[in-house]
Amino acid sequence: MSLLHWAILAPFIMAACVPFVRKKATAIHTGWFVLILPLVLFVSFLQYLPVTMKNDSIMQTADWIPSLGINFTAYVDGLSLLFVLLITGIGALVVLYSIYYLSKTKESLQHFYVYLLMFMGAMLGVVLSDNVITLYMFWELTSISSFLLIAYWFDRDRSRYGALKSMLITVFGGLMMLGGFLVLSIMGNTFSIRELAAQAPELNNHPLFLLAMILILFGAFTKSAQFPFYIWLPDAMEAPTPVSAYLHSATMVKAGIYLVARFSPIFAFSGYWFWIVGTVGLFTMVWASFNAVKQTDLKGILAFSTVSQLGLIMSLLGAGSAALHFDSLDDNLYTAAVIAAVFHLINHATFKGSLFMVTGIIDHETGTRDIRRLGGLMSLMPITFTLSVIGAFSMAGLPPFNGFLSKEMFLLSMVQLAELDLFNLETWGLLFPVLAWIGSVFTFIYSMIIVFRVFGGKFQPEKLEKKPHEAPFGMLISPIVLASLVILFGLFPNLLSYSLIQPAAASIVPSIIPNGGQLDVHISFWHGFTTEFMMTIGVVIIGIILYKFLPKWIGMYDYFPGKVTLNNLYNASLYTAERGSHSLTKSYMTGFIRSYLVYIFAFFITILGFTIWVKGAFRFDSSNTASIGFYEVGLVIVLLIATATILIAKSRLTSIISLGAVGYSVSLFFIIFRAPDLALTQLVIETVSTALFLLCFYHLPKLSRHEEKRRFQIGNAVIAAGVGLIVALIGISAHSTKLFPSINEYYIKNTYTKAGGENMVNVILVDFRGFDTLFEIAVLSVAALGIYGLIKLRLEKGGEQNENE
Amino acid sequence: MEILMCIVAGLLFAAAVYLMLSKSLLRIIVGTGLLSHGTHLMLLTMGGLKTGAAPVLGENTASYTDPIPQALILTAIVISFGVTAVFLVIAYRAYQELGTDNMDQLKGTEADD
Repeated sequence: MSLLHWAILAPFIMAACVPFVRKKATAIHTGWFVLILPLVLFVSFLQYLPVTMKNDSIMQTADWIPSLGINFTAYVDGLSLLFVLLITGIGALVVLYSIYYLSKTKESLQHFYVYLLMFMGAMLGVVLSDNVITLYMFWELTSISSFLLIAYWFDRDRSRYGALKSMLITVFGGLMMLGGFLVLSIMGNTFSIRELAAQAPELNNHPLFLLAMILILFGAFTKSAQFPFYIWLPDAMEAPTPVSAYLHSATMVKAGIYLVARFSPIFAFSGYWFWIVGTVGLFTMVWASFNAVKQTDLKGILAFSTVSQLGLIMSLLGAGSAALHFDSLDDNLYTAAVIAAVFHLINHATFKGSLFMVTGIIDHETGTRDIRRLGGLMSLMPITFTLSVIGAFSMAGLPPFNGFLSKEMFLLSMVQLAELDLFNLETWGLLFPVLAWIGSVFTFIYSMIIVFRVFGGKFQPEKLEKKPHEAPFGMLISPIVLASLVILFGLFPNLLSYSLIQPAAASIVPSIIPNGGQLDVHISFWHGFTTEFMMTIGVVIIGIILYKFLPKWIGMYDYFPGKVTLNNLYNASLYTAERGSHSLTKSYMTGFIRSYLVYIFAFFITILGFTIWVKGAFRFDSSNTASIGFYEVGLVIVLLIATATILIAKSRLTSIISLGAVGYSVSLFFIIFRAPDLALTQLVIETVSTALFLLCFYHLPKLSRHEEKRRFQIGNAVIAAGVGLIVALIGISAHSTKLFPSINEYYIKNTYTKAGGENMVNVILVDFRGFDTLFEIAVLSVAALGIYGLIKLRLEKGGEQNENE
Repeated sequence: MEILMCIVAGLLFAAAVYLMLSKSLLRIIVGTGLLSHGTHLMLLTMGGLKTGAAPVLGENTASYTDPIPQALILTAIVISFGVTAVFLVIAYRAYQELGTDNMDQLKGTEADD
């Protein structure tokens, strides 16, 4: 265990301490204690920057299950460090924000911070694990902590619904991903991502390659809310706003992006990867931005916008995979897409984080997030207004904010794709820039809605629950920090170029970077009247026009069929699955003991009959059998007649006496077959049990057949005949197949010398197998106690009550 | 003889299963009794029949029958007696309390769940 491992585990340890802190220090908000951890982690991880800037990496291994090759390997390279800094950095800001957002007295803070810390640790584990199994474990832990955080206000129906939905979808994806990991590790014979990436060329030709890729992409797409799995994210907005800012915009939903980036060295050479990741991402971007416009809940808009922006990053990673098909680094246009993806990832975390926090402030101060009730807050909340302008304009891609730069790089990458002569892009290539542009227009529109519907327009105090005023300063610190970063990165993007972006991009496409080389990352603020700049101007002009005339065309959304939505599909399939499994269970768990016995016997017949038939196990060998004597035949006839009498008996007395007759014939058989002890025991026991039967005779009801129907009887008879047949077949085969001589020689020889007895059966019971007999006596004692208890037990009236005591 | 005994055991099993599937509690108990008789005969048959004298030393014979199945059956007889006894008492008490031995009625109704 190195320091790196402790850094991953630290949040979990801290989480365990939180309840005690909460209990002991009630005067201080628990958040202040929690805040220390992400700050310390952030600063301590900064020390790895010099290492990753040289495109080096650090690896520390701790044994976990070495016999299976599963180790807890922590691996720091440019990509993981970028994520670690996002997780701890945004984490610190979110904790600070939550101190003012969540009331110290009203909310159950210990739960909130335990879950939040659990998530932080899990997320660090995801991005720092090199072992796929460890990665998977932490991955599911993020799903679980997300579930708990969404359901934080668990008394609300919507919260529970959203939590369950996100859990079901992300865990479904996670299981698919686990399958992909296992397939991949079978192909490469290792669990280490680094070692798998090293054998990428061989893996590419493996027949299971495509399967592994698609399974892993399921994990990435569900987690990063890509089409068609995005439906959980809007419902996850029921979580407290700090959680939405942290998990559902800045970090957890980017785990899918991380996964795609991390596995790019293994999969990205394939054309399937390019098409699947690129088109799913781009389609998600357009679809979600289109849907964001019609939302009326402020957080709903942000949720769809997050889905859309994640799609944007995803499509850039898909486009970037084209870079692998060019050897020369100098004229490789497509590495720009990877760089743009990393850059936009950082930018999105900053502007979307601040926008979520602003939304939280509006919700907190006005009591609503419905844009139809909000308006005219500009003069009442000037600082919040400024922050939201910065965030939203950056999201819309306007200068001088960082979103402008990465949006331009995105458009440029999409334009370049149209010129690519790979993967049949000659025909379909033009779709990429066109779709990207349409998505950008809608992004512009909803960004404007966020700012001007809330802060512009007419102030409607009568629709608000509270009298709005500016938020307390503490609540504003975090969004101010993020908004300053938005401007800072916008004006000086090259602060990031070689410190964070280059190392991260280099980890995504390591194969095309020569030893000691670096990607060329130069982000210029002004780059002339290029195609992408013209496209941005077009976005702004068309966007403004469409925003102005929004009331004219918003009705268009009504033309979409209301019933055929993915949400309805999810609800219907969940409902059908619940109903289906309920009725399936009900159909065979009938509560009748007969049904269960039928299942057991039918299974017995099927499995044994099938085995006998398939294996050809039936043997018939009559050479080694004893002769059949006169008495034996007579006894068999008596026994069978007695048995038949039981079957057809109308009165209980008849059947009991017939059972006794069967028992006595069996003991006569024991005499004939040279088993005197058995015969004696059987005679005694049979007498006692017949007496017992007759004792109960007075109390038990008339032996009625309970009007068994003909069909019922025939069914029973068929099963009974089947069981009898199988037993007879097995008996005959077993007798005809002697694989080795009996071990009875040992007992015959040693009975006298070792145990000093002459009756072998008795000696076996009391000496050789003495313990068995002892426990047999114990069983009988238990039975006797049970009988005594049953007879003595007198249930009160309303026996159920007595039972439940 | 062994083949015949296997068939007899099979028939006993069939009768036992048929009884166990019926609706009356008493017939089910009788069925379990028959099932143990069938099992005992089967076990004894597996050791070979009439291969020698009874397994008691000093019988002045060249061979003895296999004592192991006999030891097993002796245990089984006693245990199956215990089972039958418990079963009977449960049936008796259930009838006393509930007034029926019909398995369909003993199952209870949906409302009782």
